[in-house]
Amino acid sequence: VENVRLLDRLSSRKAVLGTLYLTATHVIFVENGSETRKETWVLHSQISSIEKQATTATGCPLLIRCKNFQVIQLVIPQERDCHDIYISLIRLTRPVKYEELYCFSFNPKLDKEEREQGWKLVDLNEEYNRMGVPNNYWQICDVNRDYGVCDSYPTEVYVPKSATAHIIVGSSKFRSRRRFPALSYYCKDNNASICRSSQPLSGFSARCLEDEQMLQAIRKANPGSDFIYVVDTRPKLNAMANRAAGKGYENEDNYSNIKFQFIGIENIHVMRNSLQKMLEVCELKSPSMSDFLWGLENSGWLKHIKAIMDAGIFIAKAVAEEGVSVLVHCSDGWDRTAQVCSVASLLLDPYYRTMKGFMVLIEKDWVSFGHKFNHRYGNLDGDPKEISPVIDQFIECVWQLMEQFPCAFEFNERFLIHVQHHIYSCQFGNFLCNSQKERRELKIQERTYSLWAHLWKNRADYLNPLYRSDHSQNQGTLHPQIAPCNFLYKFWSGMYNRFEKGLHPRQSVTDYLMAVKEETQQLEEELEVLGERLANLQKSQLGDNKVKSKQQDRSKQLRLSTSNNSLANTPQEYSNDLKSFPSRSPSQGDEEDSALILTQDNLKSSDPDLSANSDQESGVEDLSCRSPSGGGCLPSEDSGKDSDEAVFLAG
Amino acid sequence: MEFAELIKTPRADNVVLHRPFHAAVEGTLCLTGHHLIFSSRRHDNAEELWLLHSNIDSCEKRFVGSLGTIVIKCKDLRIIQLDIPGMEECLNIASSIEVLSTLDSVTLLYPFFYRPMFEVLEDGWRSFLPDQEFELLSSATDEWRLSCINKEFSVCPSYPPVVIVPKCITDEELRKVATFRHGSRFPVLSYYHRKNGMIMMRSSQPLTGTNGRRCKEDEKLINASLRPGKRGYIIDTRSLNVAQQARAKGGGFEQEVHYPQWRRIHKGIERFNILQESLIKLVEACNDQSHNMDRWLSKLEASNWLTHVKEILTTACLAAQCIDREGASVLVHGTEGTDSTLQVTSLAQIILDPRCRTIRGFESLVVREWLQAGHPFQQRCAQSAYSNSKQKWEAPVFLLFLDCVWQILRQFPCSFEFNEQFLIMLFEHAYASQFGTFLGNNESERAKLKLPQKTMSLWSWVNRKEELSKFQNPIYEANSLVIWPAVAPQSLQLWAGVFLRWNRPSQYLEEAQEEMVKIIKYNKELQDKVKVLRRHLAEMEAAERAQGNL
Repeated sequence: VENVRLLDRLSSRKAVLGTLYLTATHVIFVENGSETRKETWVLHSQISSIEKQATTATGCPLLIRCKNFQVIQLVIPQERDCHDIYISLIRLTRPVKYEELYCFSFNPKLDKEEREQGWKLVDLNEEYNRMGVPNNYWQICDVNRDYGVCDSYPTEVYVPKSATAHIIVGSSKFRSRRRFPALSYYCKDNNASICRSSQPLSGFSARCLEDEQMLQAIRKANPGSDFIYVVDTRPKLNAMANRAAGKGYENEDNYSNIKFQFIGIENIHVMRNSLQKMLEVCELKSPSMSDFLWGLENSGWLKHIKAIMDAGIFIAKAVAEEGVSVLVHCSDGWDRTAQVCSVASLLLDPYYRTMKGFMVLIEKDWVSFGHKFNHRYGNLDGDPKEISPVIDQFIECVWQLMEQFPCAFEFNERFLIHVQHHIYSCQFGNFLCNSQKERRELKIQERTYSLWAHLWKNRADYLNPLYRSDHSQNQGTLHPQIAPCNFLYKFWSGMYNRFEKGLHPRQSVTDYLMAVKEETQQLEEELEVLGERLANLQKSQLGDNKVKSKQQDRSKQLRLSTSNNSLANTPQEYSNDLKSFPSRSPSQGDEEDSALILTQDNLKSSDPDLSANSDQESGVEDLSCRSPSGGGCLPSEDSGKDSDEAVFLAG
Repeated sequence: MEFAELIKTPRADNVVLHRPFHAAVEGTLCLTGHHLIFSSRRHDNAEELWLLHSNIDSCEKRFVGSLGTIVIKCKDLRIIQLDIPGMEECLNIASSIEVLSTLDSVTLLYPFFYRPMFEVLEDGWRSFLPDQEFELLSSATDEWRLSCINKEFSVCPSYPPVVIVPKCITDEELRKVATFRHGSRFPVLSYYHRKNGMIMMRSSQPLTGTNGRRCKEDEKLINASLRPGKRGYIIDTRSLNVAQQARAKGGGFEQEVHYPQWRRIHKGIERFNILQESLIKLVEACNDQSHNMDRWLSKLEASNWLTHVKEILTTACLAAQCIDREGASVLVHGTEGTDSTLQVTSLAQIILDPRCRTIRGFESLVVREWLQAGHPFQQRCAQSAYSNSKQKWEAPVFLLFLDCVWQILRQFPCSFEFNEQFLIMLFEHAYASQFGTFLGNNESERAKLKLPQKTMSLWSWVNRKEELSKFQNPIYEANSLVIWPAVAPQSLQLWAGVFLRWNRPSQYLEEAQEEMVKIIKYNKELQDKVKVLRRHLAEMEAAERAQGNL
């Protein structure tokens, strides 16, 4: 469809004309602009909602909201075209079969071997060995070999050595969806562990001997402690309501030596609504500070993030400081439990704060233990009530920790944003389906590629330049501050306003330091070469290979000087790595945006002025009518400078 | 007056000092005329605290049995607690602190007694003189002149002795304009934009009153700053409503009919007690250690602090936009022209002029646009967020300015030569200092107090190598462009470095800073090494070639 206008959210005047294409996998908008022809690519799987708005004189507006928080406003000249696009998109964005998803057609031009290598990058067996199991207390159990006991669990699960198959099966019958207690994290230093399960089917009075034995076994696997914590991550009221349905929580009287604890994290429906409310705040056009802060508070989002963090901190403290094992569950044990276990692991073990470790963590606590990726992130058309930003919240917890511990993580913010993006993109097979069983049936590993290999290949872009593995922040447990003003008030505009570059800092410390480090590395190399040659020269005062070495020298110098130049110009040039992303070109946004915000603001505040004052005050109107970039009234030398500026501020 | 008379108990032993994030320490407390000194009796003497009395904002005492407790809240927002055994000692100490921290006479303050322990290489009182500034200006334009009309502070008490005005306006005309402006603050040059020759002036409100008084000379002066055929913008930092109310009190704003080449824009920057209350509420919220998310956000919102930051920044951006983008000249004023006006003119310069983003340039900006321009520091910074005494003229106007600078710094972390610590240091010294720089309300008062002769300038201390290294931004790369900050609520943050400074452990952030410095330093070292080696190699090769030729 031609002559489509793409609107800028911040100002309706800055629309661009272009052509809209629909393909089997993407929505593509190509600008008409002669030189650059900027392209906007959006994967169908990223689209969360499409809204057709009332037709206006200029055309038919179409609003596309994406799961990675991009919002695209299009105006299509013909009503009929708009309707067709709308209908097609509705169909395209709601696939019913896994085979329709992008990852089955996505081909990054890797051969079979490379693909297999990619899937082997993250190996959970290796991870459990790293933790120190199997050992005297823990072993693999094979009761779930054919998913016979629990179809949402992996085949290989670690349980206490003293737990017999009989106990495990018995316990599983007493747990929601048969998700029996299994090992999530084991702390080598003091034998304390984090185990996870679903809620017990206790109702008001039911008991299960095997389940009680199972918890005993977990306690015995940690000889240093005479009790375990059982953490129910639900609000008490929710847990009590579950009792009426024959589910519920552990009765301290029935289980010997447990300490039971509620930590109130709300359910997926509350979280979904909370995010919705927060995104509405993000979408406000020129909100006041009060609108924004009030809306943010009202959404409750940061309160929920804090609840998850608090639970993680509680568990990490129990394991690291008290040396007590913890059993964590919520209702089914695949949402809040996954969040809390992974936050606790991240706090406890520096390994999970490395790039590889973080991949392993997601693979372990989320993918293998049956977090319902398909339902939660709406990959296939399904029940909208199942959708909820569960892993998004975990990713935000990590970001909040990164803000507080700038040297503790090997990866940077961009890494988190890209992981979030691909959880929804369906470009890679990692997060397909709801369980390991389903993925095996679909033969995911043979038919799709692994995200981790893709990220690992580009890991240079995702490094945190401040990270050093031998740094004090990376020796053991992190102890975050928990008072809200200490850090948790922070709104993550890098994520939720990700596509509005105009709102972000214009220079990035991370990118700058990465560039410096890259240059440092080049310098180190050159230093070595120079040193060698100097030595050679000194040895053979009259070498015959003079000409040769001189040439080498020149090429080396050239390389270095270019890197020097780009460094001085703009630190941002290093951030143009979003090519593979369907994002707006990074050169959009910049300073003209803020200029426009200003004129708008000033329009608004001066409106009463116009009516209240008899003076003819059209100055403000004039201000906004004239092109904000100054146009004709600036000397020509300036416009050249301006374009410089635009490039500089990009990114 | 002898300080000794005020100190009944100069020394108390077995005092316990409590600070957030520090273990309690036992030690000896001493009171001197200007300091409260606490020293632990450990041999290594690691724990020592020196606190200027003038830094103390409030002092509360309470008793449990004979153990007295004094809670001291400082102007730099720190809170410490001292447990003092003995009721009499405690009472004595508390009352001494109260008196010593609220001395009426300026000349009793510490700067008049302070003797520097460092060698003065450069007298900061003479570092930033108007003549130098004018010299710079005259290299770019000859349309302005230096006027000595205010030599004896006879025309305008809050202006410096020399000001920059349009060349075509005589001193006689200036005198007339002064009578037409609030506090005689006639329009003077604040900034010349070299890129396009546009200028920014500042003044106070015109005294139009309800009957629309006008002043031909004022109109002439303002129009003299315009290029032929060009228009200008008058940015009134008050909302139209407030400006209209001011008319009833003899003040007012420029009528369109009398200034046809100018367009007026009103912005609502708040004043005095509203800002002070905002600060008090914000600090209260930041000190609330309850762990409830909702209360924190609503308190932050209710303080309105970030709203003020947003409004000031927006207005400054607007002024900068008019100059750089619209190619228009700008006049900024509010009521007195000593507060919001200066916030706007100084921030606009930081946006427009790369020089203001260097350490020297920023110091010069503070001197020009705040000290010489007559921001009443002594009145505004007499009390901070904890004071119980009735507010008179206190307002965190300068702190808000620094906060806005920090917001820009956060958005352009590579474009400033100085770091956050530099801004925090200025905040501290504006409220309590051993230096005379921020004493007095204007140049006239400073001259009467003979500050340059009797006290040390802050700049003499800061601009030494040892100190400067603490305030340098390791990742600074000179950026000659205009920098446009984002002003959306998502883009502004609470300045944790000031407001949460004492309530959060700083260790991890400091480590990050150190790491950053280390990375840059290592890079520089390598660069130097490579340069040396390269030269060495080139020399050797040249020598060899020469040999070969022979």
